[in-house]
Amino acid sequence: MTALHIKNGRVIDPASGKDEVADVFVSEGKIVQELKGKAEKTIDAKGLVVSPGFIDLSARLREPGQEYKATLESEMDAAVAGGVTSLACPPDTDPPLDEPGLVDMLRRRAKALSRARVYPVGALTLKLEGQRLTEMAELAEAGCVAFSQANVPITDTQVLWRALQYAATFGFPVWLRAEDVWLAKGGVAHDGEVATRLGLPAIPSFAETIALGTLIELVRATGARVHVCKLSTAAAVELVRRAKAEKLPLTCDVDIHHVHLCDLDLGYFDSHCRLEPPLRSQRDRDALARALAEGVIDCLCSDHTPLDEDGKHMPFAEAEPGATGLELLLPLTLKWGEAASLPLSKVLARITSAPAKILGVASGRIAPGAPGDLVLFDPRAPLRVSAETLKSQGKNTPFAGHELQGRVRTTIVAGNVVYEA
Amino acid sequence: MERNPQLNTRGGLQHLLSIEGLPREILLQILDTAESFAGVTEREVKKVPILRGKSVFNLFFESSTRTRTTFEIAAKRLSADVINLNIAVSSASKGESLLDTVANLSAMQADIFVVRHSASGAPFLIARHVKPHEHVINAGDGRHAHPTQGLLDLFTIRHYKKDFSGLTVAIVGDILHSRVARSLIHGLTTLGAPEVRVVAPQTLLPNGVEALGVKVFHSMREGLRDADVVVMLRLQNERMRGALLPSAQEFNKHYGLTAEKLAVAKKDAIVMHPGPMNRGVEIDSTVADGPHSVILPQVTFGIAVRMAVMSIVAGN
Repeated sequence: MTALHIKNGRVIDPASGKDEVADVFVSEGKIVQELKGKAEKTIDAKGLVVSPGFIDLSARLREPGQEYKATLESEMDAAVAGGVTSLACPPDTDPPLDEPGLVDMLRRRAKALSRARVYPVGALTLKLEGQRLTEMAELAEAGCVAFSQANVPITDTQVLWRALQYAATFGFPVWLRAEDVWLAKGGVAHDGEVATRLGLPAIPSFAETIALGTLIELVRATGARVHVCKLSTAAAVELVRRAKAEKLPLTCDVDIHHVHLCDLDLGYFDSHCRLEPPLRSQRDRDALARALAEGVIDCLCSDHTPLDEDGKHMPFAEAEPGATGLELLLPLTLKWGEAASLPLSKVLARITSAPAKILGVASGRIAPGAPGDLVLFDPRAPLRVSAETLKSQGKNTPFAGHELQGRVRTTIVAGNVVYEA
Repeated sequence: MERNPQLNTRGGLQHLLSIEGLPREILLQILDTAESFAGVTEREVKKVPILRGKSVFNLFFESSTRTRTTFEIAAKRLSADVINLNIAVSSASKGESLLDTVANLSAMQADIFVVRHSASGAPFLIARHVKPHEHVINAGDGRHAHPTQGLLDLFTIRHYKKDFSGLTVAIVGDILHSRVARSLIHGLTTLGAPEVRVVAPQTLLPNGVEALGVKVFHSMREGLRDADVVVMLRLQNERMRGALLPSAQEFNKHYGLTAEKLAVAKKDAIVMHPGPMNRGVEIDSTVADGPHSVILPQVTFGIAVRMAVMSIVAGN
């Protein structure tokens, strides 16, 4: 635990809206007003932005069970290289995170690596099968911050209702995707002109709104705190807008791909654009980007899904869905913010203070007493996305070859420098 | 977005993956070349030496009799060596990946891969990974495209109707799952057919099909009125198992082609079908074997069209 002094940086605290050149001090792992003694380490952040470390609500680390796709080491390296100091990992590991022993092991392994903070999201139902509830209270004790079905929707609405009732009893947040199983069955692309042209089995937009409508009714009935993961349609945004106006305990996120890409980007069957949910129309993409600016969508996640090459070297429909994202979270957030003409503090709020609130953690801000999780980055430095530059074991991204802006220079977790470029 | 993967840097046809995106000139080049080969197939000695010493690999990941056979005949008439691989029962079932299979065959000195696969886009994936001298011809991928079928349909229409400029073409049946329909629609719109119609119940139409440049009809009486060309699509039996259609009988009653329904089309209308036919479901025997039917000539023309495609890609 070093006493750290970061000087000359442009300090942005999205929680308070502060944006000014200032000093930041960290002592005993926490941000302090000033250091009692001399700084043991001083970092000159001239020309750099000093931000709270980024918080990613969806990053797959692939452990346990899918180490051939990625390991905890590789993905934790990717996280800190991307400035991500806290991440929530969905329960779709193999086996799924449905018992306390697995959660405990994952947390220990992650802690031993002393890089980003890992917050496991427990399975809402056993084996994610959507039939029997997990021991949520036990899992919460083991360290689960929320409960989710990852990309596996619950078919039986009765089970969903009971799961929300039970979670609400203990005040546990439930994170769910809105997708009607039957309408989405077999589909791999947005039901529109592109899928029609390419002859791809399609998922209509109302697969999302019908499921979201059900979810909103159940939130109204149970009072469960529900976070909707990875919205993909304009119509769903409107449902969320109304639910929020009604003061329902509902929050939501969108992933970095869906605010930049749409079904047209599938081009000639680019399997890197095979994502869950599917990339939708231009109109949907623009509505998502706008809703994120307005705050109807609370935050951005990377939905980091590292895959091995074989997983994408397949015909589009057979390719595994997902893209690597931890290291692209910052540049793609900045790109969205620039297109939306938002001040940097508002932009960064979507990957710092807003997700911190959903996660229920004290990080995500630069204020005395907050955890010493910080990232120093150059918002203008160019970044060419390529397999060589990505630390994640997964090189799968539709942004390969793109020139983006925004490079992380230093990542600090609890006052310790965990990454330096 | 990447360059059209079908064309080489000089704009010539490197692979035939889809009719969509091909310039009109290339479509006409294929049809004209096929015209010159149509004579060959009627000669005593039905061979030309264009592909002598070249190897054509028929890679069928999905079973087919007619398409595979006509490709085989076409390649042999061009004097190529033909190797037929029915992958559905070989490597794929042993877990070998699509690209591994192709890499292995490539090591056996292939020149042309003729590929059929159940997944839309599979030939694009293969085309991205083959060597520069190798050519890929799509023989049907999922619901996406069946360009040589589309071309032989265009050839047939041109043969009987001379040109496309005044034609009304009605395509009837399972448009949703049909790669034949998609390829033909792109071909017709590229060659300037002024009215292309699709006739089907809502359950068999893909969302946004109008964007392909077609008019949508739900009734045969309206859809076939004054049509010059009627293309009937095959209706797979499995469509009746889900919630798409109640029964073959009900489909036949409303969308099956009978002499009576055909009566609203032009007097000299031609009736086409890509085969294999379900007589009594999408088409009645009286029509299939009747004076308007050009279903068997389609098969014959298919050989000339496939010869044309193979000779053109191999020459580029």
